[in-house]
Amino acid sequence: MKADMEELYRSMARIRFCEEALANLWQRGIISGEMHLGVGEEAVAAGVVAHLEDGDALALDHRSTPPLVARGVDLVPLFLEMIGDERGLCRGWGGHMHLFSREHLACSSGIVGSSAPLGAGFALAAQYLAPGKVAVSFFGEGAANQGMLLESLNLAVAWRLPQVFVCKDNRWAITTRSRSVTGGDLLRRARSFGMPACRVDGTRVEAVWEAAGKAVRRARAGRSPSFLLASCPRREGHFLGDPLLRVYREPLKQTLEIGPPLVRSLLSRPLQAFALRPLYMGIIGKTLTVLGIEKFLLEPDPLCRAARLVPDDVRRRIDQEAREEVERAVSAAMERGKRHA
Amino acid sequence: MPKMTFAQAIDYALGEAMARDERVVTFGEDVTMLRRNLFVRFGPRRVRQAPISEAAFLAAGVGAAMAGLRPVVEIMLVDFIAVAFDALLNEASKVRAFSGGGWNVPLVVRAACGGGYGDGGQHEQCLWGLLSAMPGISVAVPSNPADAAGLMLSAIDSDDPVVYLEHKLLSDYWLDYLGGGSRGTVSFDVPREGAEGEVACPPSPVPIGKARLVAEGGDLSLFSLGVGVHRCVEAARSLAERGIASEVIDLRSACPLDTELVTASARKTGRVLVVDEDYIAYGLSGELAAVLAEAGIKADFARVCSEGAIPFSRKLEDEVLPNVRRITEAALRLCEGRP
Repeated sequence: MKADMEELYRSMARIRFCEEALANLWQRGIISGEMHLGVGEEAVAAGVVAHLEDGDALALDHRSTPPLVARGVDLVPLFLEMIGDERGLCRGWGGHMHLFSREHLACSSGIVGSSAPLGAGFALAAQYLAPGKVAVSFFGEGAANQGMLLESLNLAVAWRLPQVFVCKDNRWAITTRSRSVTGGDLLRRARSFGMPACRVDGTRVEAVWEAAGKAVRRARAGRSPSFLLASCPRREGHFLGDPLLRVYREPLKQTLEIGPPLVRSLLSRPLQAFALRPLYMGIIGKTLTVLGIEKFLLEPDPLCRAARLVPDDVRRRIDQEAREEVERAVSAAMERGKRHA
Repeated sequence: MPKMTFAQAIDYALGEAMARDERVVTFGEDVTMLRRNLFVRFGPRRVRQAPISEAAFLAAGVGAAMAGLRPVVEIMLVDFIAVAFDALLNEASKVRAFSGGGWNVPLVVRAACGGGYGDGGQHEQCLWGLLSAMPGISVAVPSNPADAAGLMLSAIDSDDPVVYLEHKLLSDYWLDYLGGGSRGTVSFDVPREGAEGEVACPPSPVPIGKARLVAEGGDLSLFSLGVGVHRCVEAARSLAERGIASEVIDLRSACPLDTELVTASARKTGRVLVVDEDYIAYGLSGELAAVLAEAGIKADFARVCSEGAIPFSRKLEDEVLPNVRRITEAALRLCEGRP
């Protein structure tokens, strides 16, 4: 079977436009709290979810909107939920980090790593209640150091669960470079539990689609769980208003805010380790520099990459349809929200 | 005395303790950035970055404390402590008892808590009741910068485990990271006296378990902690306009409780209203009722607490968290002898 590039591109475009709409609502203060966007994860979400059918389950993390959009959750209740409306997907109780859609067997959690054991539970239930159905868990590489996640890898193998673990590797755990707090290699880690694991370029939807297809078929056939390590960028930082990105986006303001206390600390008494302090400052500087290089020089856009695989006229049509669909959903949600208020 | 923000006061005290005692180290997720002012001063050996592995690094904190360090372990938000429950419930809380009093755990667990910025019920809990239920663990909850510094010093000086909770509405950087995030289009009900104030230099310790009498009054006692204290003060003002004199007590720690001060106040006023942002059932408010009952005090009693999961929607959230309207109404009912 060959990937249907048009459908995959449509899925990615819908995700991107939804995320952009969320960013806008959040900036305007209409959405409260944090906002973790999945801009950069479109190919992973679209490429994996394309293989799911009714009865399959999704256990999601704090970037849960893209897989839900790809899965076909109605956009109006989704946006109503984001603006905290009582007629939203979760009646205003969940918000973007805790989205639930029972009809799609899809849940999400803001507790890092929890999507793995919850997905194992969905997969376990499938063994009893719906043989042939599968569960997919999405999480980041930062979550791969959580005990519950590692325990789930073992559980899935021990119970031969129909589960696919999708690790979105964006190299950053909030403001920490994951490699600085991670031992060994995640692919080998997963394999050591006794399940097939493969690395895939998460910015290339056709590659994700192919790898995910194998993993989902393996699970459906009851052969074994699998692990997919998909590299992808984190284009909007950990969350909107990401403190590291802000240093680049509003350098003057941030320097004035962060600078003086840092200088005071550098000079503070007693002068323990005084000679080493510039070195410590350098460690912070290095983190910022690495982020800057990744962000402004090396960051691929999965949507642009997918666009190259679709004829121009088709892409323009899909873009327009997807954009209109999202705009309609946002206006409908805002209109209903207003009437209600 | 210099003025500081609540957040500055905490790190000021922590920095003083670290300068004074080489054994004080701090670790947790993202601390290089979150504690950057301490990081550039003390370096990565003393301010250590941890992977997202709460179960491992909190239990490692327990072990390190047993072996002679005085760790201040950061569990970013207290909600995430659930991931590391064993470290507290079965390890930290038991060492002194199981060793027959011969071994102790000088551990501080620092976490942000509390709601009021629309982040949903997995990031806004308080959990001080749940944590206080564990034997052998103290839970400090400052409501202003001076107490924030003083309680942090006492927590580090304590030879037994202390959970130190900083309320996000008082800590400007948490509110900015999780609520504001650089946009000027949202606002929060931040109590000014809590978010900024004078701090002694050098900071002076505040004993854990000593409550503070915030306002004196003879008609009604309001017991609270954290942001709730400021809500009580505001409610007391509007009650005063109706001729009701409220006594406001800042408990400053959920455990141990200053039973002396609370029983004295309850005995004086005969009416007690507990304002607790934590869950209503099986928690601090029930504990206070038991303390009063056991002391033989016959007082009218009511409570304003969070009654269930905290909703994401700001509008719904405002109703669930103790607010001034709910406190005032409950106080009036109590004073009028209505249930």
